[in-house]
Amino acid sequence: MFDNILIYFVVIPVIMLAGVALCQNIKQIRAVAVVGSIALTALSVYLLADYLALRAAGDTAPMLYQGSWSWFTPLNINLAVGVDGISIAMLLLSSIILLTGSFASWTIQQPKEFFLWLILLSTGVFGFFISIDLFTMFMFYEVALIPMYLLIGVWGSGNKNYSAMKLTLMLMGGSAFLMLGLIGIYYHSAPEGQPLTWNLLEISANNAISHGWQLFLFPMTFVGFGVLGAMFPFHTWSPDGHASAPTAVSMLHAGVLMKLGGYGCFRVAIYLMPQAANELAWIFLVLTGISVVYGAFSACVQTDLKYINAYSSVSHCGLVLFAILMLNTTAMTGAIMQMLSHGLMTALFFALIGMIYGRTHTRDIRLMGGLMRIMPYLAVCYVIAGMASLGLPGLSGFVAEMTIFVGSFQHADMFHRVFTIIACCSIVITAVYILRVVGKLLFGPVQDKHHLELTDATWWERLSTATLIVCVAAIGCFPNFFASLIKFTFSPEIFTVLGMN
Amino acid sequence: MEATLPILILSIPLFMFLFLGLLGKYMAHKWAGILGTLGMGVTMILAYTVAFTYFFSGNPEFINGAGERLQSIVFNVDWLQFTDTLVIRLGFLLDPIAAMMLVVITTISFMVHLYSNGYMRDHHGVWETGFQRFYAFLSLFSFSMLGLVVATNIFQMYIFWELVGASSYLLIGFYYTKPSAVSASKKAFIVTRFADLGFLIGILILSYYTGTFNFTELTSVPVEGIADVYQVSAGTAEAVKSVFANSAAPMFMGASVMTWALVLIFMGGMGKSAMMPLHIWLPDAMEGPTPVSALIHAATMVVAGVYLVARLFPLYLMETAALDIIVVVGAFTALYAAMVACAQVDIKRVLAFSTISQIAFMMVSLGVARPEFHHGIGYMASMFHLFTHAMFKALLFLCAGAIIHAIGSNDYTEMHGLRKYMPVTHIAFLIGCLAIAGIIPFAGFFSKDEILTACFGHSMVWYIWMSLVAGLTAFYMFRLYYLIFWWKEHKVHEGHHAPHDQAWTMTLPLIILSVVSCVAGFVPFGNLVTWNGHPMFDHAGFLTNLEHLDWSVACISLAVAVIAILIATKMYMKENPLPDKMEQALPNLWKWCHHRFYWDELYMFITHRIIFGLICKPIAWFDRHIIDGTMDGLAFVTNKLSWSIRGLQSGNVQTYVWIYLIGVLLLGSITVLCLI
Amino acid sequence: MEMTMLCYLLPSLFMFCCGVYGFITRKNMIAILISLELMLNAVDINFVVFNRYLFPGNMEGMFFTLFAIAIAAAETALAIAIIINIFRVASDIDVREINKMKF
Repeated sequence: MFDNILIYFVVIPVIMLAGVALCQNIKQIRAVAVVGSIALTALSVYLLADYLALRAAGDTAPMLYQGSWSWFTPLNINLAVGVDGISIAMLLLSSIILLTGSFASWTIQQPKEFFLWLILLSTGVFGFFISIDLFTMFMFYEVALIPMYLLIGVWGSGNKNYSAMKLTLMLMGGSAFLMLGLIGIYYHSAPEGQPLTWNLLEISANNAISHGWQLFLFPMTFVGFGVLGAMFPFHTWSPDGHASAPTAVSMLHAGVLMKLGGYGCFRVAIYLMPQAANELAWIFLVLTGISVVYGAFSACVQTDLKYINAYSSVSHCGLVLFAILMLNTTAMTGAIMQMLSHGLMTALFFALIGMIYGRTHTRDIRLMGGLMRIMPYLAVCYVIAGMASLGLPGLSGFVAEMTIFVGSFQHADMFHRVFTIIACCSIVITAVYILRVVGKLLFGPVQDKHHLELTDATWWERLSTATLIVCVAAIGCFPNFFASLIKFTFSPEIFTVLGMN
Repeated sequence: MEATLPILILSIPLFMFLFLGLLGKYMAHKWAGILGTLGMGVTMILAYTVAFTYFFSGNPEFINGAGERLQSIVFNVDWLQFTDTLVIRLGFLLDPIAAMMLVVITTISFMVHLYSNGYMRDHHGVWETGFQRFYAFLSLFSFSMLGLVVATNIFQMYIFWELVGASSYLLIGFYYTKPSAVSASKKAFIVTRFADLGFLIGILILSYYTGTFNFTELTSVPVEGIADVYQVSAGTAEAVKSVFANSAAPMFMGASVMTWALVLIFMGGMGKSAMMPLHIWLPDAMEGPTPVSALIHAATMVVAGVYLVARLFPLYLMETAALDIIVVVGAFTALYAAMVACAQVDIKRVLAFSTISQIAFMMVSLGVARPEFHHGIGYMASMFHLFTHAMFKALLFLCAGAIIHAIGSNDYTEMHGLRKYMPVTHIAFLIGCLAIAGIIPFAGFFSKDEILTACFGHSMVWYIWMSLVAGLTAFYMFRLYYLIFWWKEHKVHEGHHAPHDQAWTMTLPLIILSVVSCVAGFVPFGNLVTWNGHPMFDHAGFLTNLEHLDWSVACISLAVAVIAILIATKMYMKENPLPDKMEQALPNLWKWCHHRFYWDELYMFITHRIIFGLICKPIAWFDRHIIDGTMDGLAFVTNKLSWSIRGLQSGNVQTYVWIYLIGVLLLGSITVLCLI
Repeated sequence: MEMTMLCYLLPSLFMFCCGVYGFITRKNMIAILISLELMLNAVDINFVVFNRYLFPGNMEGMFFTLFAIAIAAAETALAIAIIINIFRVASDIDVREINKMKF
């Protein structure tokens, strides 16, 4: 079991948990968190390199590094792991955000408990991305969700009890659909007479889910994951949840957890039930298409920095689901790139908002102004994050969005075209709300004389934001590397089922 | 051609941007300025080398046996692959217009770099805050603009198109503590972004139907009647024939999708080139430092729209409906901007409207260009005017900058009678005005004459229309000139220095550009830049342009310009009541012109009232109250329900026993009844 | 008169009903406890009686009763302890008043 590299993505966080539990003071806790997340980052980078080497050597299996260890035989539940390019991209994203999130919570209150929950949450995230067993995947999914309640409820700000409860309940509601869908998939996972299985690859190979069941199970799983992916109209946990969450939690949540939704929609709903996906995609295309524009419009009139960003996340994550539903290689590649890009830049946004809030003690843009003169480093980072968000070439947002738009436009029918164009409109609206914030918050005269005494970023804040900016720029400048990493993992089979390419 | 020089041309400005941007604040102001200027100087020399090689080396890469100039791709790197055929590449395309643009951009950029060394500090030599940042942004802009003009495919162009937009945003908002600058930069970005939406959708449609982003393939599309004229395509014709075969023109709302695509792409150009109704950002963009206005908002970025249409010109020729739209938009914009320019007080705004009007000239010229008439003279004229306009308009802006720097205000009412105080600026400004008015032998005369000839060849209506606008141009430019340098004696305020010519860093660019404005008209453009690479004249030479003038058109336009100048002289040379009288005679017209026909107010209404008030706010309200309310409502109902039934769980065991007993009795009696 | 099963079962039923009545109506915890014991003992009697009359050869009923008595004793001790403690805290052993831990 321990000769499989993937298992260390769960082992390291568990060791970190033990380490944090033994720590005596905040310095040790920081050390454990930073060393652990650096180890995770290094591991995912190594995995990426090794994976590319294996692929280059001609390994064509759909998933590499597979392993399976039984943990509940009567129901065929295994700890089955395996990764492809998409999972690796997600692992890389998660570890980077965990690392930067640790820096962003450098001076958190009650650090021990905070980091325990934070690391538990990341354990769930990492476990989710490496699992290919539906049950194990679901278990890790829940492990990632539950700590959120405490993290927001205890360390949050504002109306935190309400937000924490709302977020948890809505996501649990999604999980209920999801559980139903997953169990349904399990009982139709194999043809009559053969043993049932939870394993994704086997289910996909068996292709035994009948058409009628697909029509039922696809919406279940898609909505189940879609709630976490902030799909309209199940997105309302996002603004409140993000607004109340502490910095690192917002970062992890918007940066990684919301990606669980998109990833799950792709990996489970569409991968296992392509026919239903093809038939029912239009319903969800309408919903996600609305999400994209609707989130952007809503963001235009918010006054709380975190609300603006949360609605912007609704818009951007809507684009992820939108692109996945386009069901062609280019758009889906774009969707995964958008996940990476949005994960990084929204983490950057939330980190910066946290840092600004920590200084000014307000997030209301009407009460702030001229921060560029007071904290130039943070302000410049904020402008860069904004530019990434509105899709400036050279930063990650542009490549992801363009891949999505070009991919979506390859559908020749009017319906897809119209929705593509509607989604395109979001680039203008995004510019409006980003520039509105940048103009009000960073430029112009200083609103509050007390702000003049504030200081610029500390070294750990600089480290955290600089890392994220470098990543955002890396994707934006060398997109082909990431695009090809993702693109070649889409097995052609699922597109042949859909009758398109 | 070796790829070294082209790569250096692009990478030096990029490197300067990163270097000055990241390390600038640790540097002395002076050195940042010198470094930036030097970097741009080197780039300029390299660009000249490349352009010279392209035009005059006779290399078979660049010119074929028949003397036709070819498109040559120096390098092309895959950047992002979408599908098998749709690939964004970053590359370097050399053809006549790209080579010409390299010269224009680097020249103006270098002048502006040099000039800013003097402009960006006050009279006591104190540097502006953020001086290094300014140079970093200038370098970023130069990089993006160069990348734009040498784009090998339409998506590369879009990438750099966005980058120039962003650098323009940063530079307009350079004085970021000034609310007006902030809102101007925001406006510029959002308006052009909106236009870019059209551009993007146009690209999507075009690339879907043609299956390619590449300019060489797109523009060499062989279409009947054009194929033989457009001979650049010869090499790739076969490959493209099959590409274009599948665009058998599906229709959408009464027009072919290709027309839609081209019109949408032109919309992108309208945004960047400030065509009506997307022109509103350009006058406000004058909030940026004046050198920036000279570089970005007069000479280079704003002509990107013209350049875009020129780049895709063979495609536009296939859909003449799109060209007709371009003509109409251009003609109305030209007239509108010229009228507004007559009634502005801020000298930079006058120049800004003049820029809009002149760019509209170029657009019209492209729109009326047809290969049948004088080998597509309109295309050549447009590019020619782009070139000369860049020179004299940059000159005018830099002069305006010098004046503003000396006076400390943008308003001509603070100036008047400066000719004695700033002789060099005075002469330079006069040369610029003569050039733009189209007085022989200054640069503008030749290019404007070619444009009018092209209009004349296309339709009488547009010819007369554009000639009138040309007359208006001469009028408002000389109005401006007289109001700044004549009108009445300048009043030097107590305790202020008398205005004077500025430091050599500012004066030298003025002199250089004046000289260029005098001689640029003699560049034999017809031999260098034509739409199909085929030279228009049968021989080269310094006076080719004069020989090939259509003297009937030229004389009329000269006469119109001279009359306009005379009127301006009569009205504005000496302080007199004539202007006021005219204002009173046409109160409404004057008011509308002064308020720019209330476009800004209209946009304000649309954005604030309609988009914010009727879309954003209701959506946000809907989200908070309806969608979120439903979710909260669900929770509320669940909560209420549990409160209402929780009384049953009283915790009182005795009650439980009662209920239990009753239950047992009921069940027992039912059983007994059933048994009986 | 022969002692039939009924002669034992009727008193035990009476005892049980008394227990139920007392359990429902008493408010004093001690009284409730006594009622509970009454019900328990009625059941014990039943066990013994059924064993004696229906399965005379076996002893399970007897043993079960002994167990029940032992456990009942322990349980009573526990209950009394709880009641005493409640009295210490609340100075009252009326079940209607002891609702601090409700909901």
